[in-house]
Amino acid sequence: MDFGSINPALLVASIMISATPILLAAIGEMVVEKSGVLNLGVEGMMITGAVVGFAVGVSFTSPALGFVAAAAGGAALSLVFAVLTQVLLSNQVATGLGLTLAGLGLSSLIGKPYEGIKSPTLPKLDIPVLSDLPVLGRMLFSHDAMVYLSLLLVAGVWAFLKYTRAGLILRAVGESHGSAHALGYKVVRIRVAAILFGGACAGLGGAYLSLVRVPQWTEGMTAGAGWIALAIVVFASWRAGRVALGAYLFGGITVLQLNLQAAGASVPVALLSASPYLITIIVLVIISARGAHGAPASLGRSFHASS
Amino acid sequence: MIRLEKRPQPSRLWTVLTPVVAVVLTMIVGGILFWFLGAQPVEAIRTIFWDPLFHPQFASYSRPQLLVKAAPLILIAIGLSIGFRAGIWNIGAEGQYIIGAVCGAGAGLALYPSESVLVFPLMVVCGALGGWAWAMIPAVLKTRFGTNEILVSLMLVYVAQNVLISVSTGLLRNPEGMGFPGSRNFKQWPAVFNGELVPGTGMHWGVVAALIAVIAAQVMMTRHIQGFNIRLTGEAPRAARFAGVNPARIVFLCLGLAGALAGMAGLFEVTGPAGQLTDKFNAGYGFTAIIVAFLGRLNPVGILLAGLLMALTYIGGELAQLMLSLPGAAIQLFQGMLLFFLLAMDVFTNYRLRFGAGVAA
Repeated sequence: MDFGSINPALLVASIMISATPILLAAIGEMVVEKSGVLNLGVEGMMITGAVVGFAVGVSFTSPALGFVAAAAGGAALSLVFAVLTQVLLSNQVATGLGLTLAGLGLSSLIGKPYEGIKSPTLPKLDIPVLSDLPVLGRMLFSHDAMVYLSLLLVAGVWAFLKYTRAGLILRAVGESHGSAHALGYKVVRIRVAAILFGGACAGLGGAYLSLVRVPQWTEGMTAGAGWIALAIVVFASWRAGRVALGAYLFGGITVLQLNLQAAGASVPVALLSASPYLITIIVLVIISARGAHGAPASLGRSFHASS
Repeated sequence: MIRLEKRPQPSRLWTVLTPVVAVVLTMIVGGILFWFLGAQPVEAIRTIFWDPLFHPQFASYSRPQLLVKAAPLILIAIGLSIGFRAGIWNIGAEGQYIIGAVCGAGAGLALYPSESVLVFPLMVVCGALGGWAWAMIPAVLKTRFGTNEILVSLMLVYVAQNVLISVSTGLLRNPEGMGFPGSRNFKQWPAVFNGELVPGTGMHWGVVAALIAVIAAQVMMTRHIQGFNIRLTGEAPRAARFAGVNPARIVFLCLGLAGALAGMAGLFEVTGPAGQLTDKFNAGYGFTAIIVAFLGRLNPVGILLAGLLMALTYIGGELAQLMLSLPGAAIQLFQGMLLFFLLAMDVFTNYRLRFGAGVAA
């Protein structure tokens, strides 16, 4: 085994890239859950975003347009979830699962003609001065715009939930929809908006996979990333900063196991490939055992004004 | 102004009517979808739902396939539905199915080339145990640490897939397979081959097991105290606790049953229709079974019918792929849509539509 072949600067840079799709999806889902809705369809929205982003990105040779379309696609799919759970009061768990199943079908349907094509990818932004720093420059300051955008999004969500009135209302709806309704807030409307935001974020995350991380479309390419995003929200105890931490930890594990595989580590390949999922389980256990709850009180409960 | 008004009790009529309406709506919207894909909508729907059963040329081949495809779906869905009734969301049946197949096949392959009649039953037991053990992981973690069973059981699907890849290219690889991945072919080992019991019907041991599971689940849910406890836990967890129901035991029971049934389904599949343990023998039955469970209203008899219907969409989908060159993924979307319409229609079970402005509540 040859650890020397692993370049630390490149390692950190690739961790940031591998963490970004999950970070985008997870921060969106956190907002959804903060509003009291559990959307298990993240995987479905991500893969729909991946295929829509890829198709549009390739057709117009513009990755930026691809990202916009992916966000719209993810939001459109999440609208189905929103109508079903908020208007027609369906079970959130079952509907979310259905969203994933339908999203997987829809994406492979749309993606068929795009198999085997390479996508145009985002240019690396070399931030003046900073990216010229030795080592650190390559690690942190020569990424594409989406990496920075995802971090800005985390900061934005954090500030929104903590400091704005709208953020306060969103949290109130998630903690006690009955009280929020009694105070005259439009519970359903606020939740639908949160769901759409979550869908758009998941779509962006998916598009990051197909346009930047892998730059091509393969069926089922999200491979559980959406579910890991859901686990990260639990790991983060519904706090924005910790979502970023969780996503980067997870990105780190993914990259590290790939590097170990490439370096020919004496650990079985299957164990390495399964390690991101195993470690997610272990982390979930630790978090749950500690009893660190922070879940919004109305999470997963349907709201109907008459009941 | 249209409002929803909660019914004092769920409507029995709508409980039965919902799946029917959902199927009809899916056919209509599915037809429109197929039209967009360049097929004649009516022809597409007929190819999927009618031709596999009644087409003079294809029916003789596809009718037996109905039972072959429905059996694993029904077996898995029965197990899942019992958990769903109790509010236990095991959605990792796909993983339990894979591990069941791996354990059962492994147990059999260790005894190759024995011709003993005991090998196959042993494999079934090991398959069930494998699925059970895999389902015990989320069960233990949930009861001991309060870990979310949805996420854990799902993560374990991806772990199971890696186990499958590993053993089908390593431990259980056919030593005479010239280096190709995949186990020995069970079709060439008569003692364990899970073939048709009655020629031309598609009836294999998995179908028998599925029918037994339907009956056993029906008896358990309606006549046995455990069934009552499970339903009570799902509908009123607090009341269940006051009534002395141990929630941890319900978790173990529900996940264990689902895992064992899924594991058995996996074993029947590798020894029968799939014929071989390969890294891709699993066809997503564990996930489709979730739709089957809901479509069947979490009711054993309903699941039997739903499983047959879902099997029909698989077979019809293959036929549509062949005859009308409709993409296979369209069927997956079709199945997802079915679940959506079902969930959407469910609103009428619990709520009533009221027109006009209501009295201020």
